[in-house]
This record gives sequence, C-alpha cells and structure tokens, in this order.
Amino acid sequence: MQTTQEIGYNTKVEGDVTVTRVDAALNWFRKNSLWPMPMGLACCAIELMAAGASRFDISRFGSEVMRFSPRQSDLMIVAGTVTYKMALAVKRIYDQMPDPKWVIAMGACASTGGMYRSYAVLQGVDNILPVDVYIAGCPPRPEALLDALIKMQGKVAKEDVFSTSNAD
Amino acid sequence: MTAADKANALREKFGDLLSGPVEFRGEVALTVADVNRVAEVCEYAKKELGFDYLVDLSGVDNYGDDPRFELVYELYGYGHGCHLRLKVAVSEEACEAPSVSGVWRAADWHEREVYDMMGIRFAGHPDLRRILMWEGYPHYPLRKDFPLAGKPTEMPDVAFTNPAPLEGGPFVTNPGACSSDKREPRAKSFES
Repeated sequence: MQTTQEIGYNTKVEGDVTVTRVDAALNWFRKNSLWPMPMGLACCAIELMAAGASRFDISRFGSEVMRFSPRQSDLMIVAGTVTYKMALAVKRIYDQMPDPKWVIAMGACASTGGMYRSYAVLQGVDNILPVDVYIAGCPPRPEALLDALIKMQGKVAKEDVFSTSNAD
Repeated sequence: MTAADKANALREKFGDLLSGPVEFRGEVALTVADVNRVAEVCEYAKKELGFDYLVDLSGVDNYGDDPRFELVYELYGYGHGCHLRLKVAVSEEACEAPSVSGVWRAADWHEREVYDMMGIRFAGHPDLRRILMWEGYPHYPLRKDFPLAGKPTEMPDVAFTNPAPLEGGPFVTNPGACSSDKREPRAKSFES
C-alpha cells in the first residue's frame, strides 16, 4: 500500500513544537484580529457597513469585531468627511485607543478633504492622525476596504513589536 | 382665495409698510419696508391669514448694495395651500432683526443658521447660538467677502481651521454645447 509522505512541516516529526520569533508570532496574532473602531462620518460608513455584512464579510480577514469603544479597538477606520468641528473629537477618540494602533483613511474625504474644498472641512485626516493606509474612491467599494485591510495586515506583520508606539 | 388675495389682505392691513405684491412664475412676494416690524407682519399672517407653516427663513448677502442684507421668509398655509414670500432688507450697521420664533417655533433653528452663516442677530430669540460652526468661530462664512477657501482660526482644545487649497479656483461648468474641455474648465477667472 502506497503512503503519501508529507514533505516539509510535520508535527509528528517536530514533536508539536513550532519555532518562530517573538515579533513574528505577536504580529501574526495582531494582524489576524484587528478590531476596528468604525469612525463613520459620512457615506463611506455605508460601504463600511456593507463590508461588515454577509456579502463581503470582513470577518474572513479577522476584523469583524467592530468596537464602538476606542478602548477596545486597535484599528481606526475613518470613513467619511472630517469637518473641523468633528476633527478634535476624532483626535480624542484616537488618543483613547490603546497602543499599538493603526489608522485607515477610507475614501477621498478622509484622505484629502475630497470635493469639499471649503472652510468647514479638514483637508485630510492625516493633518491630525498618523494614517497607515489610504483608500481612493468616493465612496470606495467594500472590496477596496478589504484590500486596504489586507495591506494593513501586511504592514502590521512587518512591524517591530518592541516599539511602544507606531505614531512616529 | 389665492396667494395674491392673501397678499392684498396683508397689504390692506399694513398699508405703506408693505410694497408689492410682485408675482413671478406663480409665486407671490411682498417686501416689508421696516425690518423692526417684520415680526408683527408675520404674526398677523399666521393668526389672521392662516399661514401656519414657515417653510424657510434665509438670509441673502447683496454685497456692495445698501442695505447689504436681506431676509426672506417663505410662508405656507396648510389650510388654504397658498404660498407667500416676505422680503425685508437689513442694513449692515444694524445687522439685527426681530425674531419670529415666537410666531413659528420652526424659526428657532432657521434664525440660528442665518446668525451663524451671515451674522445677522435676532432680537428676542430664546437661544441665539451658532448652529453649524462652533462657539467662538470668528467669521460668518456665507458672507460674500469671506473667501471660499476659508480663513485660518485657532481655538485651543475646541477647533481650528486652515484655508483649503483651491488649486487656482473652484470647479465650474459653463452651459452650452461646446466640448467638455470648454464646459468644465478647472477654474474660472473672475475677470471673464
């Protein structure tokens, strides 16, 4: 009887031991369960909700746990137009998130102010927050958000876990 | 009874205080000569003529004219279905009008918006605060002499603003049958 021999990793040969580096392991935990803080400010928030619903299903990438408390989340998704009146509230919510934390600027408005070249709108949330991933679109489709999330995971995977903050 | 009849009834009551009615495209407008008596006119229009609904109250900045500002009251009556417009001029020096929030409670937020955007104060308003911008914002953004890009402001721990980059001007469209390059230039110069 012919048996198939698994080439490469084999728990029986290794004795249920996996060897890795601490930062690789921690980053692997982090990147596969990014808990988003849905900072929904305008129409992009509708696409964010669609990304969370069954058709696009953001839980395939481990980010379905939308927390409405900044203290329980580590990824802020700024979805929509940030007005100056809202800007410091966004900043305060970001400050309440525990480290390590990341920011996705979703859509044209959050990235640059978009079509709102006006006295009332902050011209890009990167004026007040360190943004990791920008998403183009007005609004971006849920696929674009999922793509950004995967890029975000790629960035998290490469981070130095022993730094206390990624805000620099 | 049509809107023009209602306007004439108002005219008979107040005489020279009102001018018009002017009818344009089926809409009837009256101009009130004295801004300090506009609340009185509104009260009569509501109580006696059945204009029980204030559709809108807005401000207009006729920059360069004297008097500079104009308030426009859009009145409607659910009982009779007539629509009437009242206009009143407000000078830049006084910059004040009596509040009609005692007549229609809906006027409360409309007047706050006019105050926020135009800087016209309403005497007798129960709660005259800014409604869109924050308390302490020093400008009135819908005045014509306020730049489209905004002005820099700073209120620590409250809010700040910076001028928006306009890249040569706002996006504009020219109607007509010419090519899209001509119809949608990146910016229109104010000389042309």
